[in-house]
Amino acid sequence: MSTPDPTPTTSTPTGASAETGAAPVGAPPALVFDDVSVVRGGHLVWSEGTFEIPAGSVTAIIGSNGSGKTTMLKVILGLVPTASGRVRVLGHAPGDGPSSGRDDIGYVPQDYTSTAGDAIRAFDAVLLGLTGNRWAFSRITREQRDRVDQALAAVDATGFANRRVSQLSGGQRQRVAIAQAIVSRPRLVVLDEPLAALDLRNQREIVDLLGRLNRDLGVTILVVAHDLNPLLSVLDGAVYLLDGHAHHAPLSGVVDENLLSHLYGTRIEVVRTPQGELFMRSV
Amino acid sequence: MRTVDLVTYQDNWWEILTSEFMRNALLGGTIVALAAGLIGYFVIVRNTAFAAHALAHIGLPGATGAVLVGIPVSLGLGIFAVGGALVIGALGKKAADREVATGTVLAMATGLGLYFNSLATKSSSTMTNVLFGNLLAITNEQLVVFAIMLVALALAVALIYRPLLFASVDSEVAEARGVPVRTLSVVFMALLGIVVTMAVQVVGTLLLFALVVTPAATGIQLTPRPRRAMAVSAVISLVSVWAGLAFSAMLNLPPSFVIVTIACVVWFVVWVAARASHRAGGAIVGAPSRATDEHPAHV
Repeated sequence: MSTPDPTPTTSTPTGASAETGAAPVGAPPALVFDDVSVVRGGHLVWSEGTFEIPAGSVTAIIGSNGSGKTTMLKVILGLVPTASGRVRVLGHAPGDGPSSGRDDIGYVPQDYTSTAGDAIRAFDAVLLGLTGNRWAFSRITREQRDRVDQALAAVDATGFANRRVSQLSGGQRQRVAIAQAIVSRPRLVVLDEPLAALDLRNQREIVDLLGRLNRDLGVTILVVAHDLNPLLSVLDGAVYLLDGHAHHAPLSGVVDENLLSHLYGTRIEVVRTPQGELFMRSV
Repeated sequence: MRTVDLVTYQDNWWEILTSEFMRNALLGGTIVALAAGLIGYFVIVRNTAFAAHALAHIGLPGATGAVLVGIPVSLGLGIFAVGGALVIGALGKKAADREVATGTVLAMATGLGLYFNSLATKSSSTMTNVLFGNLLAITNEQLVVFAIMLVALALAVALIYRPLLFASVDSEVAEARGVPVRTLSVVFMALLGIVVTMAVQVVGTLLLFALVVTPAATGIQLTPRPRRAMAVSAVISLVSVWAGLAFSAMLNLPPSFVIVTIACVVWFVVWVAARASHRAGGAIVGAPSRATDEHPAHV
């Protein structure tokens, strides 16, 4: 339990994109796993997790149901302890780091529908991403409002900022959750199944949005996904959970029929269209 | 068949309202209404309405037991309500997941309250007062304690307001962002235990829901803005208590009955209006216009 910074970040320069910038070549990796294993409820979830994820990349975490994808996300967020090994997230132990370091990581959980959805506007939900971990009552500053407006604009959610979260569609809610995650201008954003329960158009738009975040702001993105297809256009690589072990490979290594077939326990075929587009299907 | 006068108009109601005991009732009711307004919003957002209801009942054996051992009734009530709140808070998870356990403890506590009451010889009035409240019996000492509790509550809510809201709206994200979600849960339940102890004095354990939870539900229907909802909820509680006392003096009715009736009628009217406007394609009453005038950048 860390003590959140009591002072609001009023010193940060304004301007939506100036701050993060693309990660320079040779920057330290965003994520380092060194022989990590996780035990939950006396049961080994996965082990021998040794890999690095470069800063400024888009990486999927894939594996069959129950293989521990969400657990890995929670390890990165510091919500689940490791049984062994060493994890470094942006240079710190998970959930450790300086209090302001918590603003460096944005998190979009799988199910962004809380019982509170009726009692809060989208704007206030996003604002919590900026001020929610700060103690003591204080007025919302002009700058904080601007930051929230920018985050809402970045995810194309300005139009429903004043609606109750409970009145939003699944796709709109997902945008609000992403706006909440990016409003503190994090260097790393982790998302748990952001495309589940979205229709094809919303999937496309969320993927494009993740691509823009990565390209324009240099944000490192980690996505738990059960379907790689919609993400292929933005992915740089993937962490895959296979036979109880965690591995990482660049996209070229992951899009492999044998690996994917083994991973999902069913025959997977990788198809390249004449236009050069990749997709995979179960055969 | 005997006819019953449902209400009797009392000519001297102004005298009653301006009397010494009524002054205490008004002050005490005001303090409790403000406290309920502060906590009610979070009770709903955190989905702990049933826990709030249960805490009032857990206080019952504390109150009747206090008569047995010879300590002040409010003290016994407070110890049980806050103690029960701490246990519920420490168990973590949302109260909604533990409805059966909470309900079972509620029943057990009520039974125990009845048992303690049967052991004492002269405590039947205590039982009625705790079950239905007795605003007219508030003493000067209680007023002082209530005022101190309200100030402490206001300071605590001001200190934890944003992390508590974050943890209530999305506990997982809040935890990932360094908010001590478990500790806040315990602190919140302790604050709720304090408010319950105060509110039992006004409307009693059986009717407490209508003073602590119902006005907050009305406030949330009227505005999705947390602080406004809290203010609206406090105003509804206040109006219910004041008008309740006035009508009870005028018509010789039990204050708790009138207070609860007003709060419930306001809730019902707003609920019907909100549904009607929703069906007509509009947003929930008042929300859009209030939202836009303060923050035009959005539209």
